[in-house]
Amino acid sequence: MKILMSGNEAIARGVYEAGVRFAAAYPGTPSTEIMEEFSNYEGVYAEWSPNEKVALEVAIGAAFAGEKAIAIMKHVGVNVAADPLFTVSYTGTNGALVIITADDPSLHSSQNEQDNRNYAKFAKIPMLEPSDPQEAKEFIKLAFEISEKFDTPVFLRTTTRVSHSKAVVALEDPLPYQDKTGITYNSAKFVMVPANARVRRVEVEKRMQNLKAFAENFSENRMEINNPDIGIITAGMPYNYAKDVFPDYSYLKLGMVYPLPEELIRDFATQVKNIYVIEELDPFLEEQIKAMGIKVIGKEIFPYTNEFDPGIIQNAMNKPDKPANIPAKSIPPRPPNLCPGCPHRGLFYTLNKLKVFVTGDIGCYTLSYMKPLEGLHSCICMGASIGMAHGMSKALKEKGKGKIVGVIGDSTFIHSGITALLNMAYNKSNAVIIICDNSTTAMTGMQEHPGTGYTILGDEAIQLDLPVLVSALGIKNIRIVDPYDLKNTRTVIKEELAKDGPSVVISKRPCVLFKRAKSKPQNPLQVDPEKCTGCKVCLGLGCPPISWKKMERKEGSKREGISVIDENLCNCCGLCLQVCKFNAINN
Amino acid sequence: MTDSDVKSILLAGVGGQGILRASDIMCMAIMEAGLDVKKSEVHGMAQRGGCVTSHVRYGNKVYSPLAKQGSINLLVAFEKMETLRYQNYLTKDATVIVNTEEIYPPAVNSGDFPYPEDIILFLKSNYRQVKEIDATALARESGNLKTANVVLLGAISTLMNIPESIWGDVIKNAFPEKLVKVNLTAFQMGRDA
Repeated sequence: MKILMSGNEAIARGVYEAGVRFAAAYPGTPSTEIMEEFSNYEGVYAEWSPNEKVALEVAIGAAFAGEKAIAIMKHVGVNVAADPLFTVSYTGTNGALVIITADDPSLHSSQNEQDNRNYAKFAKIPMLEPSDPQEAKEFIKLAFEISEKFDTPVFLRTTTRVSHSKAVVALEDPLPYQDKTGITYNSAKFVMVPANARVRRVEVEKRMQNLKAFAENFSENRMEINNPDIGIITAGMPYNYAKDVFPDYSYLKLGMVYPLPEELIRDFATQVKNIYVIEELDPFLEEQIKAMGIKVIGKEIFPYTNEFDPGIIQNAMNKPDKPANIPAKSIPPRPPNLCPGCPHRGLFYTLNKLKVFVTGDIGCYTLSYMKPLEGLHSCICMGASIGMAHGMSKALKEKGKGKIVGVIGDSTFIHSGITALLNMAYNKSNAVIIICDNSTTAMTGMQEHPGTGYTILGDEAIQLDLPVLVSALGIKNIRIVDPYDLKNTRTVIKEELAKDGPSVVISKRPCVLFKRAKSKPQNPLQVDPEKCTGCKVCLGLGCPPISWKKMERKEGSKREGISVIDENLCNCCGLCLQVCKFNAINN
Repeated sequence: MTDSDVKSILLAGVGGQGILRASDIMCMAIMEAGLDVKKSEVHGMAQRGGCVTSHVRYGNKVYSPLAKQGSINLLVAFEKMETLRYQNYLTKDATVIVNTEEIYPPAVNSGDFPYPEDIILFLKSNYRQVKEIDATALARESGNLKTANVVLLGAISTLMNIPESIWGDVIKNAFPEKLVKVNLTAFQMGRDA
């Protein structure tokens, strides 16, 4: 049967077809849908772990117990999981272990553009890279075979364009699940103390040699000899871009991007005159091929940054099309924005007014760095806000008193904020931390986490009690506010900023898209055109339904226009009603 | 097989307009018609009111899910101004279908930037064929405001050389039973528009 599938749906299907029933992940674009799809299959164990490090450790544990397991994460998630990653390369896997890294060339929804193929080389772990959904489904099955055969973790790397493009995929019957689990004691292999790790270290090099030999005959490292004048070495999505514009050239398409098949590459080099290496981001293949002493053209003509498309490849190889030559008409940008009624809006509006420096974190609320809210002033990575607020506060000493606030979402706090908050209590910080608790993982599309009371499989679960946890970490000053109440939110934050020692304010209000919302939005708000003076204060909220309508100025009036509220968009959070000094907004 | 044998359609608009759903249905119809198809889409940030695009490419054999700039012959803009954001992807012979709905971005809401004027006039003077559709009004007429994306799909379908019966079957399978009738109505209104 053939159906239309995204790369992520195809990977989930491939995992299931491989007879694998165990997966752990933390959501992150562009990887999230793999887990969401996988969790829908019959008889699987799927879990959202609190972060990628835990997800990988869970999968390692399952593999040590003889299971075939997969850990799924976005590219920066691998940074979080890097500690266990480098050592599970030494121990090997017992059962089978595949790690998905979903990279994001062009930073569609990420804070950096790192090329995680480097992790394969760095951690000495083989890596497969599919170029479309059909390959994604097949490659994930091959990844499990390689893991079992060589007792190694295996990476499958996707990029946003593979994960989020759709294509026709042929389904196969899934292999039945085989229970091979059991307890195995093997200290020499599982206990990585120096004496044992030194031995395993040698085994890793042997394994890499064996994998190199395997790569030479791997079915997905494939030559297509056509026109011998130009040979292209490529992998993943760029293969499609190149084939699209240069269907007649010769190709060496690498399904395994680490380790490389040196003999096969040399063979290809003898069959073509000029070789181009086409790869997005780092010259990962290029540098290794050049180190073999083979002359290739790569990053001297192809960009280092951003994802490619067929036109970029065509232009780089000196065959540009003529542009259509139509004049451009300028238009305003359309950045993503917080939703109407978003609970973050009131909080960040308040933080802006308080003129504090806000160390930010990863989530929808990061969007509030933009005009008009401008209520967030840094964003590095998951969990960074708390450590950074503490560091800034310590460095600034008296100058920073009452001036430093760290903000972090509930899911992000659970991901990697807890230890940093403990540090603040331990090292006597003076900053205020605000946990933006919207009861879900909103940015990636409403995933459950340990604070929501449910698991990904829909089972009821514990619901982490944030005030109790924060108190147990040693924080004495704990306040809870409703960010829809601007006055109280401002008062409480001001009071906490004035105190000595660290404080935590929990800004509590479910996401407007929350699926288990108890109350429905009220009637939309309206602007009374008689009372509105056109002062534009409500526009400072940056709420999508509120817009400015220019009007002819009447004689004797300073009013140049009024605000209007789009009733189809308004979720009636009431913030504009609170900021209006002229009582011009009402139900 | 060369690039010119592959047809490319660009669907563009704003998060929440049902663009990805429309391009999914389009791809299923192409697949049912026995052709190869690939599409690209954007997730993540886009669902917060940002720009959304989807490239749909079909033919006997499709490699790239992304079209190159200057190669797209059919643009469907689900929001009027968004037509202008992707001009560099179009050929001069392109057909442009425009939903006349205007959704203001933050810079227009705040009064810092005017909503561009004379968009239709500009398009008509630069492209071969421009078709305006008030998909929102037609969707309201069909009985469900959320079918505006299917109205536009109906309008595109007349330019795609795929049998009408296939579209009908695909739409029937794409929606829960209680929504099939209203979507079929919306689709037909788009075809007739």
